[in-house]
Amino acid sequence: MDKLQIGSTELESRLLIGTGKYSSNEILPQVIESSGTQVVTVALRRVDITSSEENILNFIDKKITLLPNTSGARTAEEAVRIARLAQAAGCGNWIKIEVISDNKYLLPDNYETIKATEILAKEGFVVLPYMNPDLMDAKRMADAGAAAVMPLGAPIGSNRGIKTKEMVRILIDEMNLPIIVDAGLGAPSHAAEAMEMGADAVLVNTAIASSGDPVAMGEAFKLATEAGRKAYLSRLGPQRTVAEASSPLTGFLR
Amino acid sequence: MSAYEKIATYETLDFAAFFASVTEDRIRYALIKPSINEEDFLCLLSPQAENYLEEMAQKAHKIALNQFGRTVVLYTPMYLANYCVNACTYCGYNSSNEIKRKKLSLEDAEKEALAIRNQGFRHIILLTGESRTHTPVSYIKDCISLIKKYFSSISIEIYPLEQQEYRQLIEAGADGLTIYQEVYNKDTYKTVHPKGPKSNYQYRLEAAERAAKSGIHSVSIGALLGLSPWRQEAFFTGLHGQYLQDNYPALELTLSTPRIRPHKGTETKIYEVTEKNLVQAMLAYKIFLPRAGINITTRESAEFRDNLIPLGVTKMSAAVSTQVGGHSIEDKSTSQFDIADGRTVEEIRCAIREKGYNPIFKDWEPF
Ligand code: SF4
Repeated sequence: MDKLQIGSTELESRLLIGTGKYSSNEILPQVIESSGTQVVTVALRRVDITSSEENILNFIDKKITLLPNTSGARTAEEAVRIARLAQAAGCGNWIKIEVISDNKYLLPDNYETIKATEILAKEGFVVLPYMNPDLMDAKRMADAGAAAVMPLGAPIGSNRGIKTKEMVRILIDEMNLPIIVDAGLGAPSHAAEAMEMGADAVLVNTAIASSGDPVAMGEAFKLATEAGRKAYLSRLGPQRTVAEASSPLTGFLR
Repeated sequence: MSAYEKIATYETLDFAAFFASVTEDRIRYALIKPSINEEDFLCLLSPQAENYLEEMAQKAHKIALNQFGRTVVLYTPMYLANYCVNACTYCGYNSSNEIKRKKLSLEDAEKEALAIRNQGFRHIILLTGESRTHTPVSYIKDCISLIKKYFSSISIEIYPLEQQEYRQLIEAGADGLTIYQEVYNKDTYKTVHPKGPKSNYQYRLEAAERAAKSGIHSVSIGALLGLSPWRQEAFFTGLHGQYLQDNYPALELTLSTPRIRPHKGTETKIYEVTEKNLVQAMLAYKIFLPRAGINITTRESAEFRDNLIPLGVTKMSAAVSTQVGGHSIEDKSTSQFDIADGRTVEEIRCAIREKGYNPIFKDWEPF
């Protein structure tokens, strides 16, 4: 079986989903089910453990791996604090580092992210940093102990697809860590594209949450992710940029 | 360039002439652009753009859905005191009004906070009038420290402070600042703020920036629509927001569109702002500053508020009392103005759900 390994965990599903933008918490279990996901990211800024009705964690099955994120953190220090709080709140030891100090485009701050990765990996967290796809920074994150890296395809919520394709391709080629394409995937075809390129997994939030039928869209993303992965494993035929000559031009060289 | 200077560069603009020059093509062009500039923004605020409200609404809805999803944060204000040395002609707390004045003791403040917490709220805004004697920064700081344990986010809506005073309140646990310029037109500003420290236009205008420099997490700004022609006021509000976003990228920005409400006290000249006008301002904000949140207060009616939700509303107040001690104390003060949406928290949550949105009590805490 083709499994994805992150830290010591083996996953069959290569689709991770977000929980932030849904019309109700009640719909979450159905989306989790239809998408077949095994990892769900939750913003700790929104978790209210004091309220049974409001606490989003109550809507996520215990067999799902929680990936709390540090959304709201503007510095490494804040991200570290959020990660520790998440762990103390019983969210496990996975953490998606999201350090954003640009509220206009929500672009991640790689420098602060690397610092937070280093501290948290040392503390035993399974660290998945959300990042701008830059090879040197990805290497620094790997050195700092990241369990995977999560390059953005396009800005959060833009649904534009993999605009950073060439950079992500380099990460896929060069890194020995799982590459999870995060942010910007707006349609199942984008997820399939990322998987065909050889990404190890994708994370989707807005495209499912803001669709007309999130449950059906969750399933659509599941199928697309699987199709893309299968295509990658079957080794896609190379794309030809030059027409193939019909008769050999070097046949005279005997 | 400061926000003050930025706004000043447009003061000499002949708005009437500009609006007269806006063609339908120009509006359509602004609507197809992926991001719009100041001139496009002004076109969307023009009278002609009223013919394009549906197109604007579709665009704003899509932007809001992608940026914020289907969620609306609920909060409520908590009035600490209504002592005030200013004489804003549109406010019931005006120092020349003979009203019942009150200030919560720390004990009362905790009681009020608990009553609010028990309604489910995790985000609140603390309000006072402007009186450094009755409600000094130290008092506000004590209140914040005392009630911090009940809330995940505390904003302040008080008189403008110095940078280091904002710092003190942030350290005590405040993370948001709400400060409305009320009116960006300087002449009108002078007329409606005839005396007291609030008559200093520039000091108030630069308050949000001082708070941002002190590291505040979020800032909410707005013009009190109706004090001056609204199209210009909405334009200046947008410019102010853009300035803050460009210079303090980590800041979470929210724009408010309060319309003036009936209140006790003096007469003010009021420019009409219809519901249609408010919607146009709100849509133009969303298209100009896609990442800015939009706050709709209980100054608006229940039905109107509900219809605004899909247009990009991210925050709504609920169960509002504009009286000091309004949630828990028998002996209440006079209210600042009359509210229009008097529904209970549960009723508002239901209404939001009916619109297909998720009402949430917690969306932040300072980590
Ligand atoms: S608006 Fe504020 S400053 Fe003006 S009179 Fe009312 S309470 Fe005082």
